[in-house]
Amino acid sequence: MIARIIVILVMPLSVTILVMAAVNVPIETEISMAAIQPQPPDGLRETVARIDQLVDETWSRSAIEPAPPADDIVLLRRLSLALHGTIPSLEQIRAFQSDDAPNRVSRWTEHLLADSRFADYFAERLARVYVGTENGPFIQFRRDRFVSWLGEALLENRPYDLIVRDILSEHGLWTDRPATNFITAGVANGELDENKLAGRTVRAFLGQRIDCAQCHDHPFDDWKQSDFEGIAAFFGQTKLSLLGVQDDTNRVYEIEIAESDETRIVSAGVPFHDSWLPADGPLRERLAHWLTHRDNRRFERSIANRVWGLMFGRPFIEPVDDIPDPGDETDPDVLDILGADFREHGYDLRRLISVIAATKPFRLDSTHEFASDAATVESLESVWAIFPLVRLRPEQIIGAMLQASTVKTIDQNTHVLFRAIKQLRSNAFVKEYGDLGDDELQNRPGTIAQALLRMNGEFSADASHATIFSSAGRVASWSSNDGTCIENCFFVCLTRAPTEQELTHFTKQLSGTTGKQRSSLVEDLYWSLLNSPEFSWNH
Amino acid sequence: MESLTAFDLNRRSVLQLAAGFGVSFLLPAIDSRAAQRRGVERAKSLIVLWLAGGPSQLETWDPHPGSKIGGSRDEGAVKAISTRNPQLQIADLYPRIADQADSFSVVRSLVSKEGDHERGTYYLKTGYRPDPTLQHPSVGAILAFEHRNDSRLEIPAHICLGASQWPPRGGYLGDEFDAFKIFDPGKNIRNLKSRVGETRQQRRLQNLGVITRSFRKSREIPTEKTLHEKTVDRALQMMTSDQLKAFDIGDESQSLLDAYGDSRFGRGCLVARRLVEQGVRTVEVNLPGWDSHVNNFETHRQNSRDLDPALATLISDLKQRDLLQSTVMLCIGEFGRTPRINPLGGRDHWPSGFSCIVAGGGLQSGHVIGETDPTGEKKEPLNPISVNDLYATILYALAVDYSKEFMTPIERPMAYCDGNPIEELLPVI
Repeated sequence: MIARIIVILVMPLSVTILVMAAVNVPIETEISMAAIQPQPPDGLRETVARIDQLVDETWSRSAIEPAPPADDIVLLRRLSLALHGTIPSLEQIRAFQSDDAPNRVSRWTEHLLADSRFADYFAERLARVYVGTENGPFIQFRRDRFVSWLGEALLENRPYDLIVRDILSEHGLWTDRPATNFITAGVANGELDENKLAGRTVRAFLGQRIDCAQCHDHPFDDWKQSDFEGIAAFFGQTKLSLLGVQDDTNRVYEIEIAESDETRIVSAGVPFHDSWLPADGPLRERLAHWLTHRDNRRFERSIANRVWGLMFGRPFIEPVDDIPDPGDETDPDVLDILGADFREHGYDLRRLISVIAATKPFRLDSTHEFASDAATVESLESVWAIFPLVRLRPEQIIGAMLQASTVKTIDQNTHVLFRAIKQLRSNAFVKEYGDLGDDELQNRPGTIAQALLRMNGEFSADASHATIFSSAGRVASWSSNDGTCIENCFFVCLTRAPTEQELTHFTKQLSGTTGKQRSSLVEDLYWSLLNSPEFSWNH
Repeated sequence: MESLTAFDLNRRSVLQLAAGFGVSFLLPAIDSRAAQRRGVERAKSLIVLWLAGGPSQLETWDPHPGSKIGGSRDEGAVKAISTRNPQLQIADLYPRIADQADSFSVVRSLVSKEGDHERGTYYLKTGYRPDPTLQHPSVGAILAFEHRNDSRLEIPAHICLGASQWPPRGGYLGDEFDAFKIFDPGKNIRNLKSRVGETRQQRRLQNLGVITRSFRKSREIPTEKTLHEKTVDRALQMMTSDQLKAFDIGDESQSLLDAYGDSRFGRGCLVARRLVEQGVRTVEVNLPGWDSHVNNFETHRQNSRDLDPALATLISDLKQRDLLQSTVMLCIGEFGRTPRINPLGGRDHWPSGFSCIVAGGGLQSGHVIGETDPTGEKKEPLNPISVNDLYATILYALAVDYSKEFMTPIERPMAYCDGNPIEELLPVI
């Protein structure tokens, strides 16, 4: 088994593309439109209209002229990156372009959400919040089990409050009950760290930070040290045994008194709204009910903020887990509207995504008439009047490079060996490119090491290599003329048509060339496309 | 060995191209070799020899032979040998290091609260315990950050050599201060060579200019903020820099190569010396494989074959080139190992009372700080030294204000280092 994995690891992508031969399609194939049927859910439009009205008001109050609406094809790229972690294939692009029925973007949003790639990719994104990114050997196994459990839950679209209840209160073996790995990820130095779990619980499910209240009262928010200890105490009866994560209801939670050898008993308690807390039951279950209580606005606002962040690359309120206390209910903000819609529709994550994807801010372009003025850009960005440029995650970069290397969509129908290779190579790339860790929603510039990897690394070399099966090779030899060839290259890599200047520039290069010379030129064009800021940044 | 200096791109052609690309900061190379500067001009640097997995203090710099915790002879326990420092005895696995002992000090009483590899590594590299809301910079990233405006350096100021599971990070100072990783130093620097010849590379860059220009249109400020072009430019600068020779050990004498030892770690230490000479601020050289839960003695014996020649030669080499005065050398891992020997002949994790070697940078040599209990009963060593105190000492020697507060992205002010220098080690003024 190990030998086999090593063989796959060392196999260059150009060879792996051979595997694709079995499932090849010609680049101009018409895709059956039967698949793109789903309609956006009921009542979506009303919620979206309320959010749009709110942002419209903000814009007109500050006399801001928002960016123009983005092209549909740009939205397809955004959605594909946010929901599948990759760019659309040429095959998908052609299908999208030939779909002229109304509501195209909303229908395609549903289409992408129904794909198992959404469940896989989104589970990985959300798992960071629940189990972090630590990667010791055991931790990695547990994490993997957790991610695949979460992926299954997303695939069957389980209500989010139920998912959270499982995460918080599940017991049993980590292999058998993967949700318990929220608890096992709270182990530090060989012991269950109630404080780590308390801090993570509040950040993940209330979108607030009380970590510093572990040692002292929060300097400016309302969190007291006793609030922190009270939440930590909900994990005080949990222990790890041969039977996995278990609770010992007789156990008393004691903590050390600072600067002394003595301890004191702390009982479980919540910082607000005791009335939401069930009177009986295991401690963790009670905490889970309290957190997911229908009146708990922090719960719905925190997931709305996070999902917004995963869609835009920037959360609605930054940092993603430092959201101010909810304001007046009669004067709702965007997170309140999203949160209420989410709750009223059974804590449906897919619906939450559909709503966000249909709002005005999501559908704005990332260009603006006055984008050369720093102050204007800053004010536009502060009120979501322009779509922000956000650096792609390493998984998205390699996902996009792999997708660009073939014209056919890499999905669950792709040959299993190719998918296995994709996974392993993605991991190698992510390791080399540098993972962003837990706090992945902070916007940061790239590094020289990343630029070198994109420019000279084997991944981009393989992705742009022109062979009879790769997209570069197929585009080079099968396109009917120079213009089509250039256009295909642009669609494959950047999901857009070339501009007039670009077309002129590259036509000059390609004109009159054949065979190997032409292949080299197409490879060079691919290289340039893959190294452009447009490829590495979501826009 | 693959040639490291034969590049397809030359500086002049890249400069010509830069004009067309709309970027102008590719300057001609300046000789910035640290070795050619003296006194305050001289760049201060840090070399960390990272012993990943947690080396045993008992089989390195704090042996207790003949005691219960030292282990029995037939199990393969180490003996203690005298060194050039009359106060110091170390394990007999390290005769060559013993011969350099007047050039370094040993701390035998480091204390930490992190007994897990990942958490311990984080703590030992940053001086802060893991915090879920903040990524702290490693001590080496702080040094690189402090000198971020040094335009003489065309290669990264913070470099990590060898295999590392948790390489040092820039943390809240920014990803650009993450260590630049070279997996196999002296052999191969990945991704630094263009994959195509000059003509094609020129075409690629020209194309890139065309495509970038159309993206910038109506996105001027946002595109600029990505620093994408600047980063590509710096990567090109690095690809064509003469300073890359610092990675190439081809012109070193065979006798010096032999002295460092024919190992990845030995080559790494030699490359580290060359990088420091070039003006690189921080180099971490990794020697993994110290997690001796099983066969503790044999594990340490094997690792010593790489560590002894490399560390000893590094010190003498730095001295000989007059670089030791401006370079702090620290040899450390994430924690020590238990006094008790487990049934598998191994030692387990022990984050209290473990050792490190610190040398150079004007710090006092010849000191032995702290003492562990030879019976292994008492956990706490005499004169316990926190990792913060060690880093305050090192930053002080590197002329960095260790107590300087930095406003982190979460708007929490954070001192570079939350400790106080160890007085005994401070330079005599």
